[in-house]
Amino acid sequence: MPKSDKKINIDYVAQLARLELSEEDKSKLSGQLNDILVYFEKLNSVNVEGIEPMAHAHKVDNVWREGDEPGAVFSKDILNKMAPESREDQVVVPKVVE
Amino acid sequence: MKYEVVIGLEIHVQVKTKTKMFTAAPYRYGADPNTLTDAVVLGLPGTLPVLNYEAIERCAQLGLMLGCEIAEVCKWDRKNYFYPDSPKNYQLTQNEQPLCIGGSVEIELPGAARNIEGTHRWVQLNRIHLEEDPGKLSHTAFDSLIDFNRAGVPLAEIVTEPDLYSSEEAVAFLNALRNLITFAGISDCDMEKGQMRCDANVSLRIKGSDVLGTRTEMKNLNSISNVRASIEYEIKRQAKILEAGESVIQETRRWDATKNVSFSLRSKEEAHDYRYFPDPDLMPVSMDRKRIESLREALPERPFDRQRRYQEKYFLPYTITSVLCADRELSDFFESALSVYDSPKAIANYIVNDLLRELSANSEVGDSALLISDTKMKAEFIAELVEVVESGIISKQIAKDVFSEMFHSGDSPKTIIEKKDLSQNNDDSAIESLCLEAIANNPKAVAQYKEGNAKAINALKGPIMKATKGKANPATLDALLQKLIQGSE
Amino acid sequence: MSDLFYSDIASLNQGLESKAFSAVELMQSVIDRTDAVELKINAFVDRDVEDALKQGRASDERRARGESLGPFDGIPVGIKDILAVKDQSLRCASKMLEGYHSPYDATCITKLKEAGAIIWGRLNMDEFAMGSSTENSAYGFTANPWNLDCIPGGSSGGSAAAVSAGEAIVSLGTDTGGSIRQPAAFCGVVGMKPTYGLVSRYGLVAFASSLDQVGPLSRNVKDSALLLETITGHDPLDSTSLNQPKVNYSSALDQPTKKMTLGVPKEFFQQGIDQEVKEAVEKAIAWYGSKGYAIEEISLPHSELCVPVYYIIATAEASSNLARFDGVRYSHRSKDAENMLELFSKSRGEGFGEEVKRRIILGTYVLSSGYYDAYYLRAQKVRSLIRQDFEQAFTKVDAIITPTSPTPAFQRGEKNNDPLAMYLNDIYTISVNLAGLPALSLPVGMTQNDLPIGMQVIGKAFGESDILSIAHDFEKNHEFKNMRPKI
Repeated sequence: MPKSDKKINIDYVAQLARLELSEEDKSKLSGQLNDILVYFEKLNSVNVEGIEPMAHAHKVDNVWREGDEPGAVFSKDILNKMAPESREDQVVVPKVVE
Repeated sequence: MKYEVVIGLEIHVQVKTKTKMFTAAPYRYGADPNTLTDAVVLGLPGTLPVLNYEAIERCAQLGLMLGCEIAEVCKWDRKNYFYPDSPKNYQLTQNEQPLCIGGSVEIELPGAARNIEGTHRWVQLNRIHLEEDPGKLSHTAFDSLIDFNRAGVPLAEIVTEPDLYSSEEAVAFLNALRNLITFAGISDCDMEKGQMRCDANVSLRIKGSDVLGTRTEMKNLNSISNVRASIEYEIKRQAKILEAGESVIQETRRWDATKNVSFSLRSKEEAHDYRYFPDPDLMPVSMDRKRIESLREALPERPFDRQRRYQEKYFLPYTITSVLCADRELSDFFESALSVYDSPKAIANYIVNDLLRELSANSEVGDSALLISDTKMKAEFIAELVEVVESGIISKQIAKDVFSEMFHSGDSPKTIIEKKDLSQNNDDSAIESLCLEAIANNPKAVAQYKEGNAKAINALKGPIMKATKGKANPATLDALLQKLIQGSE
Repeated sequence: MSDLFYSDIASLNQGLESKAFSAVELMQSVIDRTDAVELKINAFVDRDVEDALKQGRASDERRARGESLGPFDGIPVGIKDILAVKDQSLRCASKMLEGYHSPYDATCITKLKEAGAIIWGRLNMDEFAMGSSTENSAYGFTANPWNLDCIPGGSSGGSAAAVSAGEAIVSLGTDTGGSIRQPAAFCGVVGMKPTYGLVSRYGLVAFASSLDQVGPLSRNVKDSALLLETITGHDPLDSTSLNQPKVNYSSALDQPTKKMTLGVPKEFFQQGIDQEVKEAVEKAIAWYGSKGYAIEEISLPHSELCVPVYYIIATAEASSNLARFDGVRYSHRSKDAENMLELFSKSRGEGFGEEVKRRIILGTYVLSSGYYDAYYLRAQKVRSLIRQDFEQAFTKVDAIITPTSPTPAFQRGEKNNDPLAMYLNDIYTISVNLAGLPALSLPVGMTQNDLPIGMQVIGKAFGESDILSIAHDFEKNHEFKNMRPKI
């Protein structure tokens, strides 16, 4: 586990999370998060060798939909109404440059 | 060139299911924008995915077709990245455990000429996994528009090993793969409709080296000719860099098909930190071995296997089998005609020549050729047509007209022959008098024929054919004319 | 009729059946009560009085035609603002979803509608269920009905306060790490988190998908049992929903009580626990002992690792679950965005509150390249150990008794600047979510300052009947269910 002196790179993480933070937020969050990460080091106290990771609360296998039968669709008004901006039944965003 | 190119391909193929991978909303190409959505497709708050079994079964079928091993358990991961066409800003995919592992695809390299079969080789695959297709962005001068119809369509991503060594091989691979997939009915693989998309990883190394060079990734190659051109361009570009003693930068590039150049997608390459983790909303599915085995048993014959069978069993030439076996519908049509009347060469010739000509001639301008299923054509008709020609009821010449007529009307050859009174005139006395008349009227041609110019006899046949409206049997006519000319000496 | 809003479901049913009052009158009584206390409590972020009365009229018409849909027909049920109700606002107490209306019903809401319940209002909560105090709401804090300066607990603070203050007969909350049980304890009501998978999560706006469950809050055990049996059942729209036979929890409560074996984990009574809480729970345990229950000390050795495991798994899942709130298809869109990147980051920066941002950053970090194995993967492994602790314990005992929270309700603002202290308040409840087990909180005492004390009863997977029975036995032999706050 990374040591507590390894500070969280808040700019990098905020960029990954697409979250604009003020400078004030950043310094406050960094401090708090580093405290929390120190606390997380408790996890190092236990030996997890050979232990299976648990991704689900229960092992329910084999859940699926059979038949491939088409269900109901939304009227396009639903999206037109909820979208912050739409035109020609499509959602408008600033020009995406690749 | 002192360099050798090494290419790996990643091919995305839309799996042809009626409904989307994680919800029952239907999909079809070309629908009005945002008319094929529901709460799950739009990623509305509170919605959850439920797996469409058809999608994994079809992908497993694809894997079996390509000789992959099918995973014991089908699991899902979230790939986290923000993009406006991605409704949840994560994509459900299979990072840790792909559904299909390994596999290989038989390809045919270009032959010395178009009518000569090239050598075959197996290209190794790394994996096939399933993931969700995002929506579709279109760009105006000022902004971008998003249509979510496509979002959630099952996409199979086929990843090859770096096992292709020229742009021709890459093209051969794509053609072979497309044939395999369309044969199995898993996708129509229409690149123009986005049903098949290709990314190519290209690197150069000094010939003889077994270490891979730095690769670049070419994105969004949406036609086979773009794949070829972009790889060729990239080989030249990288060779120039290496020649100058510089090193290739690992980056993603985009092919511009109008300018025939590629350019770097991001000046500052953003780190790909997708934060994969197991999706907590979808439970792992253990793949039922019995279901897999019954899928394996129901697999269609692979196109190259079919081609070999046609060559070995029916002695069909490569020029015919390469056309027939490039299209499942065509070769199935051939086989059903063959089951009615056993004359493989004649049937194959009608399909590859006459039928294909009619199919492309009768499609709308700019569209691809018609499918047989779009027409009134039936396999029995071809069988019957071959039968009436071979039994001498009509000539090959008349058969051409009958073919065209049956293609358009949907009537059987016999109906057409009867309706138009086309059966050959075998009334010998009538023909004999026509022949005598022709001989009398063409002393010059007769003389030439006698001098050994065999073709001169054609000048006599023309007027007879005209008088019988083509119904005289050409072989009978030849024999009769010869007999009469020799008799007149 | 004046106290209809404080009645239990059985007596309301009797009244409705005997035509002592109508569903409209019952609804009006709850509306009047809400109007009277809501300025002090602020349990609701939104409520449509006309719509509620309309549902009441429909219920009365059904009953008049002899087509009553059962015990819930005409009963007002308050709904946490995280559950989707068709054509109602759904904001998760966030500015991010200002103006958003759900075009569909959550499965638990569909079931309530099919049972004739009146879907009543949108209850306040910590934004996106992230918090333990209902202070993190974009629509103002909710006050604890027992002491208006105290927090009601969270994140389902509105659901607990509304039931406690008579603003709803029962309510639905959601519980990811204690978000039903802790506010139930703080507000002196019963609150239950069912076994993971028993109630469909379809239409519950996900915070941490592998931990979230919908559950009931009520003023007595039987009403929780009634509400629970109405919303359970396998749902083909939720792949984690379990296909279990339907259980009639409420009628089981009328059966004679089995004297079961109760486990008391020593780790839960050690450091950091408030003395009054400790004494009240120990007194309740002693009562069980005196009534013929076997009491056994047990150990849950990995308990102290629950908080780090929980905050790694929950924030990681949340960072991904909340990515869909991006200002594109719905949700807040920044006016200042000049390009796509800014549209994402400014919309999210403006729309989310402080605690949500903190958790998104934390969750993004623990999943990011180079840290996944050390945090997320390790936490998932320790989660297995925590579940094994419970499996081990349940070979010896039928249920486990603990305090619900180490302290009674605390003062508003007390832990605002110390997120870690706030997180540690969940220490007794989160292991239950990590193990996917059912647990409830019921009132077992009052502090000298007149604040309720909650006790947690944890059951085996699908042991809802057991823990309801254990709680019911205590409840009918004590007077806590009739305690009402003076507002």
